[in-house]
Amino acid sequence: MRSSVRIASALGVAVAMTSLGAIPGMRRTVVTSAQEKPASTAEVKIDNFSFGPVTLTVSVGTTVTWVNRDDIPHTVVSTDKVFKSKVLDTDEKFSYTFTKPGDYPYFCSIHPKMTGKVVVTN
Amino acid sequence: MSGKAKDELLHDHNRDGVDRRGFLKCMAWAGTGAFCVIKGGVLNSFSLSRLSEMNPADAKGELSFVQISDSHMGFNKPANSDVAATLQAAVAKINALSIPPEFLLHTGDISHLSRPEEFDTVDQILKSASAKDVFFVPGEHDVLNDDGKQYLDRYGKAAQGNGWYSFEKKGVHFIGLVNVMNLKAGGLGTLGHDQLEWLEKDVKHLKSSTPIVVFAHIPLWAMYPEWGWGTEDSAQALSYLKKFGSVTVLNGHIHQTMQKIEGNVTFHTAASTAFPQPKPGEAPSPGPMKVPAEQLRSLLGITDVNHVRGQHALAVVDSNLG
Repeated sequence: MRSSVRIASALGVAVAMTSLGAIPGMRRTVVTSAQEKPASTAEVKIDNFSFGPVTLTVSVGTTVTWVNRDDIPHTVVSTDKVFKSKVLDTDEKFSYTFTKPGDYPYFCSIHPKMTGKVVVTN
Repeated sequence: MSGKAKDELLHDHNRDGVDRRGFLKCMAWAGTGAFCVIKGGVLNSFSLSRLSEMNPADAKGELSFVQISDSHMGFNKPANSDVAATLQAAVAKINALSIPPEFLLHTGDISHLSRPEEFDTVDQILKSASAKDVFFVPGEHDVLNDDGKQYLDRYGKAAQGNGWYSFEKKGVHFIGLVNVMNLKAGGLGTLGHDQLEWLEKDVKHLKSSTPIVVFAHIPLWAMYPEWGWGTEDSAQALSYLKKFGSVTVLNGHIHQTMQKIEGNVTFHTAASTAFPQPKPGEAPSPGPMKVPAEQLRSLLGITDVNHVRGQHALAVVDSNLG
């Protein structure tokens, strides 16, 4: 008896998981379109040992993504220690979402001559 | 490439028709290092790739050693897709020396991304060198992500601070300095207060006739600050060495050979065993230089014999190409 109960409950779980897997997928689409503001993003390209654009101006809530297009690894490190990437090898990315207005100077800690700034406005 | 070469491809990662053998031939420049002989207290440096032109008498002195630099193990971009092979080529040249060097100096950027397996590969390759002792200083690529903890565990157990130290060999005082830590935005290489204080004490008791050899990764002179090729506080370090008659400074970082003589101090930078970098200001950035195979030899012809003795006028000896 016990073993058949176990089988039944196991089956029940399997069924529940299947249904959960199907329906929330559809629900999620609805939630997204109804509640999320259009996410604001911006990109800084790392190329030729420089950040481009050197100064990037974005509004609060923007997620900035740095992409390393050099053949040499770089980092993105906030001068005021607000954010710090791991080492980015070629084509690797680092993202940070700016939630407060202000100036955010940063540099590459491996090649400190490389500097840039993100200006965050309301 | 000859037509026959196609059949001889051993592996061709880049699908560019260049086989490993052809690649090594093209990269003949790359296994470079500097053979250094100290004679009469003065250091003379010879490129390993030009040793056939060296007068055998010049190879004899009180002490000889080899400087290698910038192996960048783990680098795999088109400028050199096999940095292990070119380091092996450097070791082969070291082992072919008629007078075996007492030891090796590695002036940093041992690894490309500070990965354990990259350090392991370099250690493994260097084990086959005739000289068993290797003295290291870190490059910025060796201290990524962990403030140099792994580097210190591997190479700096007997060192001070971030990895600086000194030792004596046959009356010559060697000083390994670290200028790749705690770099500031917009700045150059940095030695820092603690290290400078240590250096001042380290040389205080030495006689002024003691030959001094300083080695560090980033040049200890303002080679090309626009590309970060210099060290903020190197002038202070050199001020502690003013009393000595013979001071030699050996650096890496810039992947090309350059020399400069300033008073009692001779500065040398070594070529990389991995890939060349452009001459100062001659490219938009100091990134790896991919050069056509047929140009490599002439381009890296700059890594040639450096006969450098004291008492010369201030000069940057930038030897002719080809």
